[in-house]
Amino acid sequence: MDNLLSIITFIPAVAAAILALFLRGDDAATARNARWVALAATVLSLLVSLVLLKGFDPANTGFQFVEDHPWVLGLHYKMGVDGISILFVMLTTFLMPITIAACWTVETRVKDYMIAFLLLETLMLGVFMALDLVLFYVFFEAGLIPMFLIIGIWGGKDRIYAAFKFFLYTFLGSVLMLVAMVAMYWAAKTTDIPTLMAFDFDHQPIWVLGLHVTGGLQTLLFLAFFASFAVKMPMWPVHTWLPDAHVQAPTAGSVVLAAILLKMGGYGFLRFSLPMFPVAADLWAPVVFWLSAIAIVYTSLVALVQTDMKKLVAYSSVAHMGYVTMGIFTVNQQGVDGAIFQMLSHGFISAAMFLCVGVIYDRMHTREISAYGGLVNRMPAYALVFMFFTMANVGLPGTSGFVGEFLVLMGIFQVDTLVAAVATSGVILSAAYGLWLYRRVAFGALVKEGLKTIGDMSRRERMIMAPLVVMTLLLGVYPAVVTDITGASVGALITEFRASVPMADAVAAVE
Amino acid sequence: MMSDFAIALPELILSLFAMAALLAAVYTGKDSLTDALTWATAGLMVALALWIGMGQTGTQVAFGGMFVDDAFARFAKVTILVSAAAVLVVSRDFMQRRGLGRFEYPILIALSVVGMMVMVSAGDLMALYMGLELQSLALYVVATLQRDNAKSTEAGLKYFVLGALSSGLLLYGASLVYGFAGTTLFSGILTTVAHDVPVGLLFGLVFMLSGLAFKVSAAPFHMWTPDVYEGAPTPVTAFFATAPKVAAMALIARLVQDAFGGVGAQWGQVLAALSVASMFLGAVAAIGQTDIKRLMAYSSIAHMGFALMGLAAGTETGVQAMLIYMAIYVTMNVGTFAFILSMEKDGRPITDIGSLNQFSKREPLKALAMLVLLFSLAGVPPMLGFFGKFYVLKAAVDADMAWLALSGAVASVIGAFYYLRIVFFMYFGAEVDGAESRMVPVQWFALVAVSAMMLLGIINFFGIEPAAIAAAKSLVG
Repeated sequence: MDNLLSIITFIPAVAAAILALFLRGDDAATARNARWVALAATVLSLLVSLVLLKGFDPANTGFQFVEDHPWVLGLHYKMGVDGISILFVMLTTFLMPITIAACWTVETRVKDYMIAFLLLETLMLGVFMALDLVLFYVFFEAGLIPMFLIIGIWGGKDRIYAAFKFFLYTFLGSVLMLVAMVAMYWAAKTTDIPTLMAFDFDHQPIWVLGLHVTGGLQTLLFLAFFASFAVKMPMWPVHTWLPDAHVQAPTAGSVVLAAILLKMGGYGFLRFSLPMFPVAADLWAPVVFWLSAIAIVYTSLVALVQTDMKKLVAYSSVAHMGYVTMGIFTVNQQGVDGAIFQMLSHGFISAAMFLCVGVIYDRMHTREISAYGGLVNRMPAYALVFMFFTMANVGLPGTSGFVGEFLVLMGIFQVDTLVAAVATSGVILSAAYGLWLYRRVAFGALVKEGLKTIGDMSRRERMIMAPLVVMTLLLGVYPAVVTDITGASVGALITEFRASVPMADAVAAVE
Repeated sequence: MMSDFAIALPELILSLFAMAALLAAVYTGKDSLTDALTWATAGLMVALALWIGMGQTGTQVAFGGMFVDDAFARFAKVTILVSAAAVLVVSRDFMQRRGLGRFEYPILIALSVVGMMVMVSAGDLMALYMGLELQSLALYVVATLQRDNAKSTEAGLKYFVLGALSSGLLLYGASLVYGFAGTTLFSGILTTVAHDVPVGLLFGLVFMLSGLAFKVSAAPFHMWTPDVYEGAPTPVTAFFATAPKVAAMALIARLVQDAFGGVGAQWGQVLAALSVASMFLGAVAAIGQTDIKRLMAYSSIAHMGFALMGLAAGTETGVQAMLIYMAIYVTMNVGTFAFILSMEKDGRPITDIGSLNQFSKREPLKALAMLVLLFSLAGVPPMLGFFGKFYVLKAAVDADMAWLALSGAVASVIGAFYYLRIVFFMYFGAEVDGAESRMVPVQWFALVAVSAMMLLGIINFFGIEPAAIAAAKSLVG
């Protein structure tokens, strides 16, 4: 099939159009049908993406399943996947049915809610598949709109502030990226991503506004892209939109945000920053290391003092993303593999953590940690699942959380031992806030009046959690499922990178 | 001689129609014919647009070079005719219900469209001025259509005084150009500047550009725009925001390329300065607005800045980008004004942005359509508006004006804020007793169809790209 990627991408969009145009009837019927149509579409997309995975050849380091059609303005509608992006595609298609199932209990404007999520899935998939600069930007930016609405309409009390903060932060970052894209087009005269990855952008030092810029054009482009991806990631210190957005977003919104949208930043680093601007990436790697190390330690400490469960999980997300940026910029096999692994594993674990918070929030309508305690007495199944994911979040060996962090730390140790030492302390801190959270919520005596009648997880909630448990364990005990697919592509990326960087050193030596 | 008339036949038909309609309306007892006239005018315009768009090819010159019919003129004329017809049809209901259903309105619009068609076909300073004045005089009258309303009268007067001033500037510039070039023909001026560029000629050019900048409401010649947009009856505002802008923009392109094609370095800077000033002024000044018509005025100033960026590039892609940008811009504005026309409360038209609070609860579909349009106006992908912006940015970068592209990108972020604010009111605003939207089917259709176009257009721009390429080629190549 020539256009498998487009089919996967646009199934949800078509379903959204069907919902918008043809779904009529009284409220209850509309809501019911909207949910089932959305679920069916996301599951269908998942099934088709399994065909994709089956046909994928991990040994081939180039792009596969490429579609290329001329588009307007001399641009191309070009899609394709390689060993790096296919896993993000799979992550998205895998998590979306779970997300849809997780918002089954939403009652306000259900049809619109489902449409927003379906469009969001199309746009997220497009980001991971696009092989044209402008096409990528279109998908990347457009994803803001549904997420903005999801937070703004279905969010919590301060949803409007959070929605605006989310929008403006990310929009500002991505406009810089747009400018850089225009500059890249100017330099390379093409918007084709594979061509740009091979293109050697100028890295002679230049003067800009009286400042001497080492790495020249590459540095400028790198920084513009960095602004966008660092906000998306989010890296310290531009992470402050994330806790607000998470706290205010509805559960399903948080799941998508943490599990998939944040990965766009990491994916961007891998697809753009490393292969296109190797010299600049090499120059800035130490800065990224330290920013990541600070993120890991600082946000873990912040997480420790949170009183709101969702905020705690949000800060822990920022800390975990610190490992990702660190791993990516080590540019060695362990580091980059570890970063990709960490992103996937965080996709499952953070989704599950937010769902765990959602389960009790649905019952008690509060996220304050102090409002809970002793849940294990009334909700044994929930306590078990919650403990499992807390442990995975902490990075217990046997779960996927361990593999990613371990690989990254191994990678960074080869590059910078001091940063590695600082980052490792984050593992201890994450154990501290994770276990403490769990103790306060699940253990202790059940004294709060409201909790005495609380019910355990429903069948729907168990069914949502089950696939996540399976994936976390599978990746934890058999990480090769991921590294077999990424290995060759990552290897090629690193070889290319290493080939470009010493060349730059030689240039510097001549000057 | 006859062949000259054959080339200008669409303009002649429209003028004859306007005169015949005037006679008919006067003899049959005034306003009873308004409805029929509106439809007839719009129908004729669409028919002419089809004829112009499908019929001719190549370049023909008439009246000794004063009138040029080329692919560029045809592209601009089709855009002007279609948008004018759309505005007429969309505003018919508003005019009738507010007691503005006068028969003069469609006739004046038709005459002003004739003026615009002459403008975009001008090959001579005289033709340029004739077209411009015919267009402007009709518009001055239309702005004061609501005679017993102080604001409308004020708007008309303001527009007239400032418009006259700009015409004066333009004429003064034209006389300088004539004095130094010895001819009023664009082709003659072009040969003169190819040898040598006297300072006086440049002075003339700058004066003419200032005069034209008034017409496209580019900063710093934008002062009349917010007041006139706010004061004039909404259908008139809708008209101001669409067809005349295309005509004036095309006229600037025609002037700088056909008459001053050799000295791009001179006018490129002027246009770039106008462009940057407009983009930033439009983006910043709109932030505090509470009246949606004033907001649209600043929005149009900012959009003109982007279109001028394409022209400032001075290249063929630049002209292409400008044409596509203008086509997208008028389409968006027709849809947006179809909505603004329908805003009312207790039967009275209102334009307060705050009244749109929670509009999405009352009218989900219309709110969604507006959402798409507003994001498109802001230039957020994947709407068509983004591609228009991207096209001009690309043209600027191709012409080595990266700084211009950079400021455009920054201005578009600032500008996104105020469009977002309307979305904010419609979707998350406080519960108030807000505006209703009473729409006749044609308005509803315009709104929904335009917003659908903003989404579906990204597939292939509805095929207007080849036409724009041919148009730019005929002008620059």
